[in-house]
Amino acid sequence: MKLLRVSLLVLSSLMISCFAFAADMKVGFIYIGPPGDHGWNYQHDVGRKSVDEAFGGKVETVFQENVPESADAERVMTQMALSGADMIFATSFGYMDPVLNVAKKFPNVKFEHATGYKTADNVSTYSARFYEGRSVIGHVAGKMTKSNTIGYVASFPIPEVVRGINSAYLAAKAANPNVEFKIIWIFTWYDPAKEADAAKTLIQQGADVIMQHVDSSAIMTVAEEAGVYAFGQASDMSAFGPNAHLTAIINGWGPYYVKRVQQAMDGTWKGGEQTFDGIEAGMVVIGDMSDKIPDSVKKEAQAIADGIASGKLHSFTGPVNKQDGSAWLASGETADIGTLLGMNFYVEGIEGDIPQ
Amino acid sequence: MLRFEPRKNRSKFLEISAPIIAVIMTMIFGGLLFYLMGKNPFEAIKLIFWDPVMSPTFSEYSRPQLAVKAAPLILIALGLSFGFRANIWNIGAEGQYIMGALASGSIGLALYPLQAWYIFPLMIIGGILGGVIWAMIPAILKIKFNTNEILVSLMLVYVAEQILALASVGFLRNPEGLGFPGSRDLSKYSSAANPELISGTGIHLGVISAFLGVILLTYFLSYHRTGFHIKLIGQAPRAANFAGVDLRYIIIFCLSLSGGLAGVAGMFELTGPAGLINIDFNVGYGFTAIIVAFLGRLNPIGILLAGVLMSLTYVGGELAQFMMNIPAAAIQVFQGMLLFFLLSTDLLVTYKISFKTSIRK
Repeated sequence: MKLLRVSLLVLSSLMISCFAFAADMKVGFIYIGPPGDHGWNYQHDVGRKSVDEAFGGKVETVFQENVPESADAERVMTQMALSGADMIFATSFGYMDPVLNVAKKFPNVKFEHATGYKTADNVSTYSARFYEGRSVIGHVAGKMTKSNTIGYVASFPIPEVVRGINSAYLAAKAANPNVEFKIIWIFTWYDPAKEADAAKTLIQQGADVIMQHVDSSAIMTVAEEAGVYAFGQASDMSAFGPNAHLTAIINGWGPYYVKRVQQAMDGTWKGGEQTFDGIEAGMVVIGDMSDKIPDSVKKEAQAIADGIASGKLHSFTGPVNKQDGSAWLASGETADIGTLLGMNFYVEGIEGDIPQ
Repeated sequence: MLRFEPRKNRSKFLEISAPIIAVIMTMIFGGLLFYLMGKNPFEAIKLIFWDPVMSPTFSEYSRPQLAVKAAPLILIALGLSFGFRANIWNIGAEGQYIMGALASGSIGLALYPLQAWYIFPLMIIGGILGGVIWAMIPAILKIKFNTNEILVSLMLVYVAEQILALASVGFLRNPEGLGFPGSRDLSKYSSAANPELISGTGIHLGVISAFLGVILLTYFLSYHRTGFHIKLIGQAPRAANFAGVDLRYIIIFCLSLSGGLAGVAGMFELTGPAGLINIDFNVGYGFTAIIVAFLGRLNPIGILLAGVLMSLTYVGGELAQFMMNIPAAAIQVFQGMLLFFLLSTDLLVTYKISFKTSIRK
C-alpha cells in the first residue's frame, strides 16, 4: 500500500510539473542530424537557445532532430503545427517542398526555410553568405601553406559549395600566387569516415592546409594527427585539433532567429522574404585566430573581414575569368546575386571539373 | 549450465499474450529510462502509444499516417518473410527498394512531360523489374557459384546507394533545379503521380497494395504448392529434398518476390510521399522490414500488425521528441527495448530455460 501511495504521489507531482507553464508563442525547429554534430545542426540549436534566452518564458521552443528530407519531414512539421507551434524553422535545404506543402495546410503558421529558394505567403527563406567567410580563411590558408597545396573536401556540386571554393581560391591566390587547390567531392554532408579518408588522401598529395565544406570534425582530427592545418566548419572545432585549428567560419543563426521571432510577436513578420546575410549581420562569424598565425596575417585577415562587413570589399571582384579562360568579371566589377546563387563554374586557375 | 529446450506443449494463451507482455515490459523499462532523464514517463508513453491513435489534436492526421509509414515496411517484409521461411536470407531489400525507385523514376522522367494513362502502370512494372533484377544478382550467384546471398545482397545495397547519389547529381537531376541535387518532383507530374486517394489522409496506392499483399500472400502460403514447399524447406530441409523440391526454383522465386515487392514499395514511395529522387531517398525501410518480418513471426497477418506497431513507435516517438524534448537517441533505445522484449518473450514461449547440465554429447 505504501508503495502505491508513493507512486501516486510521484505521478501527481509529475503531472503538475508538466502543465506548469504556458508560453505566448511556440516555435519549432527541425534538424537534419543530431545537434551534437558540432557543425551545422549544433549551430542551429545554438540559435534556438538564443531564442530561449532572449524571450525567457514568453517563447517555448521545441525541436526534432534526425528528420530525413522526405515524407517524414512533412509529417513532423504537420504534427508540430497541430501541437500548436506558431512558427517553424526548417533548417535544411531538402525540406523545401515539404515546407511548402505543410505551409499550404496551415496558413496561420509562419515558416522559415534555410537555404531554399521557394517562398509563399507564410514561407520565408534565409541563408548565409558563407563565401564571405571563405575569403577570410582563404587568405589565411594562402599565407600558411608551405607546400603551396591546399586541400578542399567538398560535399555536393551545388552553387553554395562551388561558390565557397571559388571564393576561397581567389583569396588564397591573392595572398600567395603559387597556391594550388586539390578538391575531393565526397557527395555527403556528414560522414566522418569518408571525410577522414578524403583528408588523408589530400595530405598524401602534399596538402598542408585542409579546407572543408562538410559538417563533421573528423577532418580536424586527421589534420591534428598529420601535423597539418585545418579550419573549423560551422562552429569552432579547436577542441578536436588544438594545433591544427587555424580559425573557423561560425554560423551565427541566433540574431536572425531572435529577430524573426520578435517580428512574429509584433505582427510585423512577413512571408515571401529571402534573407541572404553575411559577416555584417553576424550570420557569418570568423572564429578566434590561432597563435600559429603570424600577427601580420591575422591583421590582414581581420581587414578583409572588416572590409566585407562595411561593403568596401567583395569576395568576387574583377578582373576574374572563368576556368575556361572566358571573361566573367571586368576589372572592378563585382558579382551579381543571380550568378552567385546559381554558380556552376570554377574560376580560372582551379584544376579539375565540377562533377556533373 | 543455462540451456534452452524446446517446449513440448506450447501454450496458445502464452503465444497470444507474449506481445502484450512485451509491450508492458517496454513501457515499464522505457518509462524508467525517461524518468531517469528527468522526463515525465507517463506523459512520454502516452504520447508514443496513445496520442497518435486517440488524441483529439493529432489522431485525425496521425491515424492514416500510421498506415502510410507502415505500408513500405509491410510490403518489403512480406516478400522477405518467404525467403526467411526457406532459409534464403535477402538482407539487401534496401538496395532493391532503391533500384525499384530508380527504374520507375527513370521511366517517368524520360517520358516527362508527356501526359498518358500508360505511364503510371509502366512505372509500376519498372519498379518491380528494378527490384527483381537487383535481387537476381545474389540469386544467380548463389545458384551458379554457391555464394552467400547475405553478403552479396547486403553489399549491393551500398552499390545501389552510390548509383542513387550518381542519379541525384547526374543523369536524373532536375534541369530546372539550379544545380541542386534531386530529380523533378514526380508527385507533381500527374501522369506519374501516386496521389492520395482519400483527401487529407495521405493514403495512396502503396497502402492499398500492402493490404492486398497481406491477403494474397496469406492465401498463397496456405493453398499454393510453392507456398507449401517454402514452408517445408524451412521446417524439414531433408524432407523437402526427398519430396523433390527444386531448391534453385525456390531461390529464384523467393528473391524475385522480395526484390519485386521492395522495388514496387520504392516506386510507390517515390511517386507519392517522397516525390523526387534524391541522395537521401532511402531512409532504411529495407532494413527495418527485416525486423518487421521477424516481429510478425514471418506470417503475413503478423507482419501487418508488426508494421503498424513499428510505425506507431516512429510517429508517436516523434511526438514525444518535440513535445517533451526527448532526444532521438532515447526514442531509438525505446524502440530497441520493444524489439528486445518482443523477441525474448517469443523465445520463452517456444523454449524453456533449463539449468541442468547436459550429459548427452
